[in-house]
Amino acid sequence: MEKLSPEFEKPLLKLEKRIKTLELEPEKNRKQIVALKEKLRKIRKKIFTRLTPYQRVQLARHPLRPIYSDYLKLIFSDFTEFHGDRYFADDEAVICGFGKIDEIKCAVIGQEKGKTTSEKLRRNFGMSHPEGYRKALRIMKLAEKFRIPVITFVDTPGAYPGIGAEERGQAAAIANNLREMMTLEVPIVTSVIGEGGSGGALAIAVSNYIMMLANAIYSVISPEGCASILFRDASRASEAAAALKLTSYDLLRLGVIDEIVSEPFGGAHLAPKRQAEILKKNIKKAIAEVEEKGNYSRNRYEKFRKMGKIKIAK
Amino acid sequence: MSLKSENGLWFKCFSCNEILYKNQIEENFYICPKCGNYFRIGWKEYLKILADEGTFRPLFENIRSDDPLEFRDVKKYKKRLKETQKKTSLTEAVKCGTCSVNLQRIAIGILDFAFMGGSMGSAVGERLTLLIEKAANSKLPLVIVSASGGARMHEGIYSLMQMAKTAGALALLAKKRVPYISILTNPTTGGVSASFAFLGDVIISEPRALIGFAGPRVIEQTIRQKLPEGFQRAEFLLEKGQIDMIVTRRNLKDVVSRVLKIFL
Ligand SMILES: [Zn+2]
Repeated sequence: MEKLSPEFEKPLLKLEKRIKTLELEPEKNRKQIVALKEKLRKIRKKIFTRLTPYQRVQLARHPLRPIYSDYLKLIFSDFTEFHGDRYFADDEAVICGFGKIDEIKCAVIGQEKGKTTSEKLRRNFGMSHPEGYRKALRIMKLAEKFRIPVITFVDTPGAYPGIGAEERGQAAAIANNLREMMTLEVPIVTSVIGEGGSGGALAIAVSNYIMMLANAIYSVISPEGCASILFRDASRASEAAAALKLTSYDLLRLGVIDEIVSEPFGGAHLAPKRQAEILKKNIKKAIAEVEEKGNYSRNRYEKFRKMGKIKIAK
Repeated sequence: MSLKSENGLWFKCFSCNEILYKNQIEENFYICPKCGNYFRIGWKEYLKILADEGTFRPLFENIRSDDPLEFRDVKKYKKRLKETQKKTSLTEAVKCGTCSVNLQRIAIGILDFAFMGGSMGSAVGERLTLLIEKAANSKLPLVIVSASGGARMHEGIYSLMQMAKTAGALALLAKKRVPYISILTNPTTGGVSASFAFLGDVIISEPRALIGFAGPRVIEQTIRQKLPEGFQRAEFLLEKGQIDMIVTRRNLKDVVSRVLKIFL
């Protein structure tokens, strides 16, 4: 895992390792340990108080970053998973079901990247086929039928670009979710927890309230894709990440999300439990806020209707 | 038109190399009379194919792209917009308005690939949303002709949000029971196919048009194999149950008005 950590984290990991070794003989090394811990704190502060957009991209994809299944366990109780789209298959890139967030009953839908190699393959790295979007919509409609709010978690590099996905109507599946979610007469609250990859993310994020973890990203295209198409050079991803304005701070400023959910200093992966507690509190608050306003589908349309920036020519 | 011309009078078909006269192509609905190749055409030609002559009234021309991200790739987005406007005499990648099709008044939007690949940014999304809202409020049947590579990256997340916006407007249109015919032309992919283009009550495609969510190159890179011949072409989509019908340019107008009559 350490090998996969982003480059900018490596000096920190190296220091941590040294401290751990010294701590084997704490009496002998006390002075050195204190000094190194102070050094670690300073370096961490220096890095994390001014992360570049591309560093946030790396944090959003961090191999140790908590994923949907972590939050599912840490935030919800009594979760029952429901499978399948009733047409073709059960897409394991999306986990859907019903559970409770404290006393509130809700439908829970999220994109799951998986942790181990075999899980990642089974979950297709969180990249849905059409049946994943159709399963998600089926559960949303079920939630609407029984007046249960819908909570979604976004973490996907994007919808899967493959032969089967195209044959079975990837574009139609996403388009249909966008239209049907807009009409849903129950609250929809979305958290972007890692990667918000384009249409594949939006297909479960046409919501009344959208929050984003501080180091999550949400973009029309991956920085690598943008770099290779527009800059004609895939190695310029860091530049593209800055140009695309894909961080939570950018998106709040652009009015596309409602709130930034703070992360423990150094990133969510350093304290997953605390991260889940913070997120849980925010989700509960968001459900209450959306319910208070009512008029779910109309307010949702008005929210998205305003998005974009145009000029009126004379 | 993606046709090579020496003097504007005659063209060479890039598919079969036949030398063709301009009026010969126009009379043949911009299809090569020798090999049947569909030439890429713009909004004007589609309007000529679909609308009764002289009935088009443009709408929302004053809605223009801004540059919300102050974006630049190899050149500034602002500059690219200006140059494209000059080159294409279009103000944006979609032309909207009302017109008659065999005397039936409709609301029409035509994406033009010549304007930054028909890509959808805020202005395209806004024009189409206004058009859909107008169709809903005036109970005008809606026809949208798509030709697009997808969302316009230069406007970042705002481009993505136009997908939700146009899809949401179409939900309103459906509620008012106003018919919407979506016509897919070569190519229709990405954020355009995954929003309004695939939400038609009836989806018609031109023969051979490339239609899909992901572009073929991205798929080939992902699965590391060559795609089969005809993959993501209109005929393939018809076979897979993704579209209602394939219609030639010659028959397009009559089929559109026949389909509208079913629902009106
Ligand atoms: Zn030819």
